[in-house]
Amino acid sequence: MRIAGLPLLAGLDRRAVTLLALLLIGLLFVPAVAGPYLLSIMILVLYFAYVGQAWNVMMGMAGQLSLGHSLYVGLGAYVAAALFVHAGIGPWIGALAAMAVATLAGAVIGYLAFRFRVGGVYFALLTIAFAEFTRIGFDHMTWLGGSAGLFLPVAQRERNDLWSLRGDPVMFYYVILGMAVTALALCRHLARSRIGFYWRAIREDPVAAEALGIDVFRYKMLAAMASSAMTAPAGVFFAFYYNNLFPEQIFSMLRSIELILGPIIGGLGTLFGPVLGAFVLTILAEALQEALQTLGWQIPGIKQVFYGFCLLLVIVFLPNGIWPPLARRLGLDVR
Amino acid sequence: MLAIRELELDYGGARALDGVSLDVATGEIVAIVGANGAGKTSLIRAIAGMAKASAGRILWHGRDILGWPAHRVCDLGIGQVAEGRQVFPSLSVEENLEMGAVIPRARAAAHANLTRVWAMFPRLAERRRQDAGTLSGGEQQMLAIGRCLMGAPELILFDEPSLGLAPALVRQVFDTIAALNRDGLTVVLVEQNVAQSLVLATRAYVLETGRIVISGTGRELLGDDRVRRAYLGN
Repeated sequence: MRIAGLPLLAGLDRRAVTLLALLLIGLLFVPAVAGPYLLSIMILVLYFAYVGQAWNVMMGMAGQLSLGHSLYVGLGAYVAAALFVHAGIGPWIGALAAMAVATLAGAVIGYLAFRFRVGGVYFALLTIAFAEFTRIGFDHMTWLGGSAGLFLPVAQRERNDLWSLRGDPVMFYYVILGMAVTALALCRHLARSRIGFYWRAIREDPVAAEALGIDVFRYKMLAAMASSAMTAPAGVFFAFYYNNLFPEQIFSMLRSIELILGPIIGGLGTLFGPVLGAFVLTILAEALQEALQTLGWQIPGIKQVFYGFCLLLVIVFLPNGIWPPLARRLGLDVR
Repeated sequence: MLAIRELELDYGGARALDGVSLDVATGEIVAIVGANGAGKTSLIRAIAGMAKASAGRILWHGRDILGWPAHRVCDLGIGQVAEGRQVFPSLSVEENLEMGAVIPRARAAAHANLTRVWAMFPRLAERRRQDAGTLSGGEQQMLAIGRCLMGAPELILFDEPSLGLAPALVRQVFDTIAALNRDGLTVVLVEQNVAQSLVLATRAYVLETGRIVISGTGRELLGDDRVRRAYLGN
C-alpha cells in the first residue's frame, strides 16, 4: 500500500514508513536514556551518517570517486569558525558561507577533471591532491591559527544557545540528528528526480549516457557541487562541537577515507546504506576499543585495522554492502 | 541530409580521419565498410560530437554542426547505437528505454515511442522489469536499438551492430535495420560484416586508413574487384 499526500514519503510503502518512524522515535529518545559516553558515540554515528550521505551523492549516485572529501569538511569548518572567531558571525550564517566556499572548491575540481576528462583513479588522485595542498596551505595561514590550530571560545552558558551553537551535547545531538534526517530526505528527493535519473545513467556508463544526449559534463558538475555543498555543514558542526581545528587533522587523508567507509559498507548508491554503515562501523569500532580498554590492552591504530578488516569482509561477502540483503529480508525497496 | 566535407580527426597523435567526404540523403542506408582501425568508429564519434574533429565540415540539413557537443547533436535528431551495445546493466529494460528519451525533442512523444518499441520488440516488453544486464546479447542489441528510437531520431548511426552476435541474430539485426529504414529512418551503418551490409545498403563507402578509397551503390561495390579481393575473400 502506498502512502500519498506527503511528498517526502511518496513512493514508500507502509512498512517502510513504520520502520522509519520507529527508528526516528528511538533516536529522538536517545538523550533521555543514554549517558554522556553513549551520547557522544551516537553523535559520531549521526555525523558519519550525514557526511556519508553527502559523499554518496557523488560516488553512489553519479559514480565519481572522491577520496578528498575532507577538503569540504575542512573548508566548511574553517570558514564558519573563522567567521565566528574573527567577525562574530554565528554558525547558521557561517554555514551558508561555508557551503558557498565548498561548492566553489567542488566546482573548480569538477571543472578541471570533467572538462579535461580526468576519470576513475586519476580523478580520485586529483581529489586527494587538492585536499592535501589545502591542508598544507592552512598549516601556514597564521591568521587562522596555522598548524597550531584554531580554537573557538568555550563559554559556559546557563542555557543552550542554538543560534550560536553553544551548549551541551544533547543540543548537538539533536542538531546532528536534524542534519542527518534532512540529508536522507534530500538525497531521496535527488535520487527520484530527473537529475538522479541522469546521474544513474552516468554512473552506469558515461559514454552511453553521452550518446543518448545527456550533458554528461553538466550533470557531473552538479553532482560534485551538490556533494561538496552538502559536506560543508558537517565541517561547521565539527568545528562547533569540538571547538578546535587543526589542518593536520581535519584535512587529513585518513578523514577522507573514514567518511567513505560507512556508505561503502552500508551499500553504495543506496539511500539507507550510509546511515546503516555509520551505525555498524562506529558502534563496532567503539565497542572494540572499549573491550580492549577493559582488558587493559593498548593497541595504537587498532581502529584503522578494524576498519580495514570490516571493509575486507564486506567486499568479499557482501559486495553491494550490508543494506541491500537486509532490505530484501525486511521486505523493503533496496534503493 | 548529412554532408561531410574534408573531415580530419587526430586521435592520440595518430591521424584517424584524413579528409573524409561523404553524403547521406534522406531515406538512404549508407554503409561504411573497412578493416579494423580504418577510422569507422572515429567517423561515427565525430558525427555524434563525441570526438573533436580538427578540420572539415559536418553539414546537417545545410548547417555546420562541427564542434557541437554530443547532447546538442542528439537533439537535432542524430541518434546512435554504439559499438558493444552499452546498455545500462543495473537499470531495468524499461528504465533503459526511458533514458533514451531524455533529450528535449523526444520528451513529448516518449510514451507513444515506448508503445512503438514494445510493439516492435515483444521480447523486451516481456522483460520490462528485468535488469538489462541479465538479457542475452541479442536482446541487449534490441534494447540498444529501442533506446535509440526513444530519442525520436531522423538518422541513426549504427556502429558494428552485428559485433559478437550469432549468425541468426545478425540476420535479425539487419532485418530490423531494413524495417526501420522502410519506416522512413535514414541509416548510416558502419560494419566489418561487409557482404551483408553491402546487400542492405543503398550506397556505400570503403574507408581505408582514414580515407574514402571507393564509393558507389551497394551493388556496385559488391561487384567491385578490389572490394571482392580485400573484403569478401574471393
